[in-house]
Amino acid sequence: MSEKTEFEPRIIGFLCNWCSYAGADLAGVSRIQYPPNIRIIRVMCSGRIDPIFILEALKDGADGVLVAGCHLPSDCHYISGNFKALRRITLLKKVLQDFGIEPERVRLEWVSASEGDKFAAIVRDMVEQIKKLGPNPLKIGGRQYE
Amino acid sequence: MAEKKVGAVLVVGGGVAGIQASLDLADSGFKVYLIDEGASIGGVMAQLDKTFPTNDCSMCILSPKLVATGRHPNITILTNTEILGLNGEAGNFEVKLRKRSRYIIEEKCNGCGLCAQKCPIEAVDMYNGGLSERSAIYVDYPQAVPLKYKIDREKCIGCGTCYEICKAKAVAYDQQDSEATLKVGSIILAPGFEPFDAKLKSEYGYGRYPNVVTSIEFERILSASGPYGGLVLRPSDGEIPKKIAFIQCVGSRDYKLGNNYCSAVCCMYGMKEAVIAKEHTPTKLDATIFYMDLRAYGKEFDAYYNRAREEWGIRFVRSRVASITEDSSTGNLFVHYVEDEKPKTEEFDMVVLSIGMQPPKNVEKIAKVLGIELNKYKFCETKTFSPLETSKPGVFVCGAFSAPKDIPESVAQASGAAAKAMSIIASERGKLVAVKEYPPERDISQEEPRIGVFVCHCGINIGGVVNVPEVVEYAKTLPNVVYAEANLYTCSQDTQKLIREKIQQHNLNRVIVASCTPRTHEPLFRETVQEAGLNPYLFEMANIRDQCSWVHMHEPKEATEKAKDLVRSVVAKAKLLKPLKKPEISVTPVGLIMGGGVSGMTAALELARQGFEVHLVEREKELGGYLRKIYYLLEGDNPKERLDALIKDIMENDKIYVHLNAEVTEISGFVGNFKSKIKHYNGKEEEVEHGIVIVATGATEYKPTEYLYDKDPRVMTQHELEEKIAKGDFKAKNVIMIQCVGARNEERPNCARICCGQAIKNALKIKEIIPETEVYVLYKDIRSYGFKEDYYRKASEKGVLFINYEDSRKPQVRNEKGKLEVTFWEPVIKQEVTIEPDLLILSAATIPNPDNKRVAEMLKVPLTKDGFFLEAHMKLRPVDFATDGVFLCGMAHSPKYIDESIAQACAAAARATTILSKPALEMEGIVANVNEDLCSGCRICEYLCPYGAIEMKQKDDRLVAHVIEALCKGCGACGSACPTKAITMGHFTTEEIIAQVKAALLEVKA
Repeated sequence: MSEKTEFEPRIIGFLCNWCSYAGADLAGVSRIQYPPNIRIIRVMCSGRIDPIFILEALKDGADGVLVAGCHLPSDCHYISGNFKALRRITLLKKVLQDFGIEPERVRLEWVSASEGDKFAAIVRDMVEQIKKLGPNPLKIGGRQYE
Repeated sequence: MAEKKVGAVLVVGGGVAGIQASLDLADSGFKVYLIDEGASIGGVMAQLDKTFPTNDCSMCILSPKLVATGRHPNITILTNTEILGLNGEAGNFEVKLRKRSRYIIEEKCNGCGLCAQKCPIEAVDMYNGGLSERSAIYVDYPQAVPLKYKIDREKCIGCGTCYEICKAKAVAYDQQDSEATLKVGSIILAPGFEPFDAKLKSEYGYGRYPNVVTSIEFERILSASGPYGGLVLRPSDGEIPKKIAFIQCVGSRDYKLGNNYCSAVCCMYGMKEAVIAKEHTPTKLDATIFYMDLRAYGKEFDAYYNRAREEWGIRFVRSRVASITEDSSTGNLFVHYVEDEKPKTEEFDMVVLSIGMQPPKNVEKIAKVLGIELNKYKFCETKTFSPLETSKPGVFVCGAFSAPKDIPESVAQASGAAAKAMSIIASERGKLVAVKEYPPERDISQEEPRIGVFVCHCGINIGGVVNVPEVVEYAKTLPNVVYAEANLYTCSQDTQKLIREKIQQHNLNRVIVASCTPRTHEPLFRETVQEAGLNPYLFEMANIRDQCSWVHMHEPKEATEKAKDLVRSVVAKAKLLKPLKKPEISVTPVGLIMGGGVSGMTAALELARQGFEVHLVEREKELGGYLRKIYYLLEGDNPKERLDALIKDIMENDKIYVHLNAEVTEISGFVGNFKSKIKHYNGKEEEVEHGIVIVATGATEYKPTEYLYDKDPRVMTQHELEEKIAKGDFKAKNVIMIQCVGARNEERPNCARICCGQAIKNALKIKEIIPETEVYVLYKDIRSYGFKEDYYRKASEKGVLFINYEDSRKPQVRNEKGKLEVTFWEPVIKQEVTIEPDLLILSAATIPNPDNKRVAEMLKVPLTKDGFFLEAHMKLRPVDFATDGVFLCGMAHSPKYIDESIAQACAAAARATTILSKPALEMEGIVANVNEDLCSGCRICEYLCPYGAIEMKQKDDRLVAHVIEALCKGCGACGSACPTKAITMGHFTTEEIIAQVKAALLEVKA
């Protein structure tokens, strides 16, 4: 990586098909601009997100991971997948701390299909926040994980 | 001799009711023509922000239905279309239509929206309640179906900009209106309603004071996609309001205006808007609702009302607002009203008028053309026992056109009307629908992945930001990519052909389209690859428009890099894609109905009319259920005659097997393939096989423990009074009725819905027999919604005294040395009054059948806190359970009137028919699967699955998880929790997702 350029975080976003992915689409339809740092991966439900996906992303150098699903309590297309995501990610954040990774790098958000602006705001905010945190410690020399 | 019947149905009106009716018909083997006068379907629901009582996002739950309707091979949507004439008769109609020009060639328009961006004209955007602007070439809203632009010729200046910029050559300024004739077997009317014109209540200042808005405008203000991005702002100055007033009954319950009826939905949406406004406002917001009676009569509505008061701190003032004036210097509003017999004035920053429902604008023309009768308010005339039939045979009605109603009731009626429309042409099922044939699937199991990538310019929507040729060249360098090219519009007809050709030429076995969103376009491309002999799941999309070029419009370099990353990520997934089978399960075309009341009987008859056999199981020794206790009705029909006729129809129908004195004791299996045990009380047991289950087990009357019931013979329930009147035993000179006995209390917070109607019915009957008898009705809110309001007014006119009581001052009932005394607070004279009635009538709640718990456990379906059955979705799936193949209707769902039960019963039959009419069900291919070698039998997945789709099976000497594909919905919650990674989700496997993550993060060497 070049030393001169400003640090641009790389963020992986796992979005549920029914609400959050639709919200991200609406941001596009409404032409709401946000920084190009996120790479979105579509899953059917936030309940599909295995903590391993997030750990793999961090291991491979993602500076942040966003998981977004349908609003609590009852928007989930699959009844309760959002609650499952909530439990898993709350726990994962505790584990991350033990690994020396700032838990703020992983965010769980609820975005509905009509919240294009909210999705864009989350990405903007996350990019800002991770810029302050700096690069993923796992990819800085000397602390390489592998 | 009647002409041959036609297996097609015309549905008039593309709101949520018309959409639901169309989907049910099309899914049951009938051709559907869905016409709407507007440019897109969706109706008023598409304008709503949230829906009560769950506060679900309206667009989130509606848009999948819009897309399903738009893509259904059996539904033809005709927009900008109206009916000119009707000939023929039920089973064989000829309808003449006029399609107004949209000045756009629909087949060519891709909906890319470039034209609207470049259009120099600004016009008022009615979708946003007139609070924002749109261009002269426009779509109603971003998710519109069909997504075809339209030119507003009144605003268009003909500058030619759109014509020039449209790469698809879709603009046609000289397009003419056209006429067409269709042949259909039946017709469903779902034209919806017209919001009341608030200007007619000039004392409220709408149209003069900018900060007085209608409830529809306020929905748009609340919406994240609305004029202020979901922030609640005052239209006059864009300030955040601190104090909002909601005025109820604007254009409803207004005798002077001629709208005496209640609009049935405004109390709930008013509360919802107040709650959501508070939720959306960062600063403190006071919300006050001015109402006459708070009509939270539906399922779980009172629980919502309680939360609105207690948790959200909404203030409720029982008063009809006299007028509103404005402080012109601040734009604030003074609300003038009377409370406690004293005139009061209060200042607010903003006022929302809860406007009522009116019949559609052109209703008289529709009625004349179709030859149907309207009621005195110009809504469609229907009868209690035929709520879905118009006066013309073969023409049915649903939704707000027959009476003001909310979304779930409209949806239930829509399915019900579909059942009715199908039954007269049941013999023609499947005759006019297209069955698509695909070439045999190519076996790719021995092939290396050969990936083709098609990158879309989308006019300049993508190409104007992302360097598409660069992305194409980059794609060619990726592993396993053997072909890549750019297209102007990948979704256009000619590109579909091209993709099929390239699959053949290059022997592609995976296809990627980098363009817009898979939510709208994946089904189209899957079909395309299937047409070329590939399994439809060997396809993936990279969303480089909605989630790239459109959101990084000023960063072309970064957007191009992102597009490459997205393509690389999807290529990595595509390499691992496997063909998936869509499992087919057979269907036993037989129904099982639990409960032989009016709902169960109606559902049984409707299913039999569709041609299916039905087992109808009733615990009692005779059919009829609750209806047996009803002797007369508010609206005049004779319930006894109707009941006898219904039973006769059932008994004479050779497709219906009636099991009396019997109950279902065991159910196993799943949609299409259930097996049940029916136990007769004489000891006989039989086993039946069936494809669906309808729960119609009804409800029961609460036995009061309060007000000396059972202790004093002069105290009785409404049903007991009704029986007494019917037997001619009624002689009382002085009667008191107490409402909400056993309802709206701590134990049962919800309203029992039908007791107000019962009280009014019996009070009117008393006045009819002995006019001088005094009748007092002590009530909390009179909930005579819809046209029942007329009877409330009539009862008042006949001298029935309606006296309000609050929970803090409930009536007191005593037996004073043999004298029955009722003491209550009279709020007008502000005094306690004691009366000695001859009879005290308790309006006892309708409560859940005590057997519900057993039935719910047997069927593995949920109950509400109150103990009624809980449907799959309170708004859009009112008669479905989350479990496929199990349906619900009547009072088992919640208390309701006879016409509402009948509509739901017809709806349950229609929903069941979508299954029973198919020889086999094709399930979604994306289901979980288990690697049995890895499975440790820990049962975590079984516990997590919200659909009960995982069962444990013995394999050799151990337990392994087994997926019941028919029940799996593909969420993947199981896969993410499996400790040995033995279970995973097809098409979203752990390997595929991790490959996608890794590829997305790969550092690209410049």
